[in-house]
Amino acid sequence: MSETTEVAATAQTGAVVSGASASLWSDAWRELCRRVTFWVAVVILFFMGLLAALPSLFTNLGPNGHCDVRQAKQRPASWNPFAAGEHPFGTDSHGCDYWAQMVHGTRAPIVVGFLVTGIALTLAIVLGSLSGYYGRLLDAFLSRVTDIFFGLPLLLGAVVILTAFPSHGMFTESFVLGLLWWPTMTRLMRGQVLSVRDADYVQAARMLGARDLRIMVRHILPNAIAPVFVYAMLNVGVVIGYEATLDYLGVGLQYPTVSWGLQLSQAQEIFTDYPYLLVYPGVFLTATVLSFLLLGDAVRDALDPRLR
Amino acid sequence: MWRYVVRRLLQMVPVLIGTTLLIYLAVFALPGDPIRVLGGDKPMPPAVYNALRHHYHLDEPLIVQYGKYLWGLVHGDFGQTLSGQAVSDVLKTDWSVTARLALTAWIFEMVVGIALGVWAGRRKGGVADTVVLSGTTMVIAIPTFVLAYSAQLLFGLKLGWFPTAGTDDGWPYSYLLPGIVLGSANLAYVARLTRTSLVENFRSDYVRTAVAKGLSRRRVLVRHTLRNSLIPVVTFLGIDLGSLMAGTIVIEGIFNLPGIGGQIFNAIQIKDGPTVVGIATLLVLVYLFANLVVDILYGVLDPRIRYE
Repeated sequence: MSETTEVAATAQTGAVVSGASASLWSDAWRELCRRVTFWVAVVILFFMGLLAALPSLFTNLGPNGHCDVRQAKQRPASWNPFAAGEHPFGTDSHGCDYWAQMVHGTRAPIVVGFLVTGIALTLAIVLGSLSGYYGRLLDAFLSRVTDIFFGLPLLLGAVVILTAFPSHGMFTESFVLGLLWWPTMTRLMRGQVLSVRDADYVQAARMLGARDLRIMVRHILPNAIAPVFVYAMLNVGVVIGYEATLDYLGVGLQYPTVSWGLQLSQAQEIFTDYPYLLVYPGVFLTATVLSFLLLGDAVRDALDPRLR
Repeated sequence: MWRYVVRRLLQMVPVLIGTTLLIYLAVFALPGDPIRVLGGDKPMPPAVYNALRHHYHLDEPLIVQYGKYLWGLVHGDFGQTLSGQAVSDVLKTDWSVTARLALTAWIFEMVVGIALGVWAGRRKGGVADTVVLSGTTMVIAIPTFVLAYSAQLLFGLKLGWFPTAGTDDGWPYSYLLPGIVLGSANLAYVARLTRTSLVENFRSDYVRTAVAKGLSRRRVLVRHTLRNSLIPVVTFLGIDLGSLMAGTIVIEGIFNLPGIGGQIFNAIQIKDGPTVVGIATLLVLVYLFANLVVDILYGVLDPRIRYE
């Protein structure tokens, strides 16, 4: 493959063109590797992923383990957590070690972030493809349903529906948020499908006798998915922010579960006297959301040659 | 033009019905019996219980209840709260607080957001551009409630620049800090959108023509580039009013403002269905009208768009 590219390049320019071949993806990858922000985001996310997957590497306490009310609200010995002491990040209002709680609190937001984005992305790909490809009545119907969900402010809808649910686990929360999240992505997907539906290669496939499903999956989807996928990546961070907000409002995850949002919720009454209770989980949360945003931004810029 | 407005108004009807139905179903699927909640700990005589159920139409099928509610809504009757007050009275007193808060946030994000966007977009890759891009990413990454608590702590308590809670100092002083916090995330989006749109338009033919004619930099920017660049920004600002309204659920609690955001949150907690649906309907109405106004504004900004 690379040899033929080289030959073609030689034919066009009259001399050998050095350097790797430049398909869209390899070009985008090289562009990505050059970016500092991309690597910063990758490192932070790798660290957070490790915290979420293997919390026992970072703390030997279990979630809500060894909490001692007599040791409640102990301020950290210094702002430098490596200066140690028994509780380098202090203890919370129940006397739990704050570092251990933060480590265990990583899993829930990250799982919810990916689950919600996954649910919404799946719905968006299916509904957006159907609506964009078949058009007419189906499109009109799906577009009106999208309008209805779009008219409902997300936070309001989530609070109302979550209160109605008897259980408040990670999966309930993901399910409800996922159900409310798809309209934006579906509109994006539909627009993308519309823009490639009448392309020459789709016509060619149809004339060769390909069925609708095959055209949609093999020809339209690969050419329509990139912007939707980038949006989904940015979106994971936004979902994590919303998850924390719902926890804070008291309609999200509930006590035996540990999450950054719950920690912040617990801190709200006393943060004026114990600001570290607000600052530490806030920093973790912000760093994670920020990394997803930076990652999505970097990938989008790398994929879009117009922005170079 | 007028035919267009009428058609859009008619299109709003099914969306409004769908959205209120969604909320209605969610609210009345809430576990627990609101009439029992009303009675408190004391057992309620069956006769009183049945009379109350009948009064609030709770003894009829859900869809009939919804039909009656909708019928009342058409006549401007928002129903009664469970404590017997007319929902429209509750709305009347609390509406002004939320409207002021949302308006403060909206003006802030519009003025400062567009200004920052123009400052950054004038020279792509310049110092201003880098500062604005990284600053706005940071602001988007911090969840609103964390930002609110931090601002309250820093500007309210430590520095004493703003009142921390309540509406004692009236508009605008009491609303400045909550408004700025509420508008900050959307301000970041406005600034980025303005910046990207400007950068794209600077490369277009009509801008090159304007420069070639010898117009001043200022005139090229304000009359030619900015006017065209503002179209996506106006769309965003219109849609945004809805999310600002929903954001008051979080902000009003933190800054102790007696508006409909706090009201709806309390109503959800005590399962006061009519209040929840009433406020939600109002929020959706605001959102839909803002969208309509945006679509009509398009024609003013872009003379190529004609409404048939």
